[in-house]
Amino acid sequence: MADFEIKDLRASVEGREILKGVSLAISRGEVHAVMGPNGSGKSTLSHTLMGHPGYTVDGGSVIFKGQNVLELEPDERARLGMFLAFQYPVVVPGISMANFLRTAMNSKRGYDGKDKSKQVTPKEFRGLLKGELEVLHMDDSFLPRYINDGFSGGEKKRAEILQMAMLKPEIAILDETDSGLDIDSIKFVAEAVNRMRGPELGILIITHYTRILEFIKPDFVHVLVDGKFVLSGGPEVAERLEKTGYAEWGKEETAQPEEVA
Amino acid sequence: MATVPKVEVGTDYKEKYGFFVPEEYVFKAKRGLNPEIVKEISWMKQEPEWMLNMRLRSLEIFRKKPMPTWGADLSVIDFENIFYYLKASDKQSKSWEELPPDIKATYDRLGVPEAERKFLAGVSAQYESEVVYHSLQEKLTQQGVIFTDTDSALRDHPELFKQYFGTVIPPADNKFSALNTAVWSGGSFIYVPKGVKVEIPLQAYFRINAENMGQFERTLIICDEGSFVHYIEGCTAPIYTTDSLHSAVVEIIVKKNARCRYTTIQNWSTNVFNLVTKRAMAYADATMEWVDGNLGSQITMKYPSVYLMEPGAKGDVLSVAFAGKGQHQDAGGKMIHVAPNTTSTITSKSISKGGGRTSYRGHIKIYPGANNCKSFVKCDALLLDDESRSDTYPYNDVDAENVTLGHEATVSKVSDEQLFYLMSRGIPRAEAETMIVNGFIEPFTKELPLEYAVELNRLIQLEMEGSVG
Repeated sequence: MADFEIKDLRASVEGREILKGVSLAISRGEVHAVMGPNGSGKSTLSHTLMGHPGYTVDGGSVIFKGQNVLELEPDERARLGMFLAFQYPVVVPGISMANFLRTAMNSKRGYDGKDKSKQVTPKEFRGLLKGELEVLHMDDSFLPRYINDGFSGGEKKRAEILQMAMLKPEIAILDETDSGLDIDSIKFVAEAVNRMRGPELGILIITHYTRILEFIKPDFVHVLVDGKFVLSGGPEVAERLEKTGYAEWGKEETAQPEEVA
Repeated sequence: MATVPKVEVGTDYKEKYGFFVPEEYVFKAKRGLNPEIVKEISWMKQEPEWMLNMRLRSLEIFRKKPMPTWGADLSVIDFENIFYYLKASDKQSKSWEELPPDIKATYDRLGVPEAERKFLAGVSAQYESEVVYHSLQEKLTQQGVIFTDTDSALRDHPELFKQYFGTVIPPADNKFSALNTAVWSGGSFIYVPKGVKVEIPLQAYFRINAENMGQFERTLIICDEGSFVHYIEGCTAPIYTTDSLHSAVVEIIVKKNARCRYTTIQNWSTNVFNLVTKRAMAYADATMEWVDGNLGSQITMKYPSVYLMEPGAKGDVLSVAFAGKGQHQDAGGKMIHVAPNTTSTITSKSISKGGGRTSYRGHIKIYPGANNCKSFVKCDALLLDDESRSDTYPYNDVDAENVTLGHEATVSKVSDEQLFYLMSRGIPRAEAETMIVNGFIEPFTKELPLEYAVELNRLIQLEMEGSVG
């Protein structure tokens, strides 16, 4: 049995059925890519897996560490070892990135203000942070800034990956992490993700385009169209999509981003 | 039981004060408001006659003025059922055991030291952090700064006192300033001489005792030319009192090129009506800053104001109000542009929770001839649930030319997207909500000295937890 098992997941948004029975098994150490054209249900999949209140689960299960995570609050899912790198990271004014990162790490470790031994020490925090910042080509000037406030597209996505590196999840979902990124930023982000790859981490990359998969090589690729997987296979599926786009499923969309002049 | 103090009575009281007091007079606190009570207060304090007359005149004004019909509902206040003056020792009658459990629990959670919590709860009448206070006093004296309680100031600095007292907020200003002038007791008096900059914030906290944290405090601050002072009033721990009316008056004079910052964090127990008049006069190129945080109380009505009297004067109000269940915080600010080339800003942040109500009430007045003035008002309200309420009442009167007047108001709820984002990182819902609220008031918190900022954040956390229970 895989570490993270999505079975016949069905979900809707405002009464509209979006996911129509999605099954996917991810084990730690694997990188899966879910590709799909606009409106295929990609972001519904990521939001439903993490527990966004705007998405309604109509059926199915997601089993992780023996629990159906669909019954858990988002924070419980995170503490269990899940992570979602947002396509559109949310601005939260008045809270510094440093405070946010530290609070998140403490929560992840189960520190509730009482048992000081669970608390991340300032030294440990700085040490961890320093290494990860270097990989992502970020400097610590962003630490006192408010969460995602005034961040450029590239800064936001890098900050997402930084959080992932600090929180050390076992199942990470990267939702359109390459969208809105220039090629340098994609490389930095991919390098950081590749560094985290290993037997302890399962990754689910959700993307419209094949480009990020050039830098983070997937073991499996699944094609999502109209809320269902229509094709699953190895890296060759991505290569096929790169050539023909989503045409064979009646969608006139390519799987390559438009060239940036 | 209270130990009732004996009072030394002068021999000429009859001629001086016009009423008879037996030789073995024992002061007994009485409820109610009448000229005899006012005379007694003045007599107890051995005040000069002009002050007694001013008190009596103010009582007349208070009697004649109608209750305000705007703002919060004040009709339940029973003025005849209030103690207007208590000796510190009379206030000590409560015992620790009699305190409401939630107040005790809050002290525990905030980690307020034993001696201090007894004072705050009214169990003890004195709390002075003596070491800090005395070394501070020495330094201030060298600089010529006067920092004392208002009663002592009237006795020790009579001329300075008389020159300024009641000049910024005359008794007839409003019903509650009249009441305060009639029965005032305690408060702080600060005089900063020309060119003197007081480096560390002066805190009433250093020398709080029941006398100057009473119900009818009177504070007077004079910043002479080119001087600077930061005064901090209150503390974040809840102040427990069985007296239900707190009606203070704060008068500030900021002379040419001087700057004054007045920071308040008040957290009255939720039975208190907190009706405060705060006003400053700012002269040429002077700056007055009100930083005003209102938690607790049943009803607060407070609108710190700045009269911009001469060109170049600048006024700022930065306020935060938190209204929980059964509370109404009616707060805001007033900027009166009397002279040209003056500027003002009002930033108001309010949080309503559990059916609590916040109102922003502001007034920008620009007099004829006060040309080239700038004023900007920003009020943001955060509602934590559907039963809570927030209103905005901005009043603008502009009678001058070339004026820039801006007003921005937002009402928001804790957003699902923000909550989801924080929770997706493992942060529990309650903690995430608290973070968002603390983030919302951060523009206020960052203006506070660090220890106050930390305490305020902790207090918000406690208030937020209150919604669960």
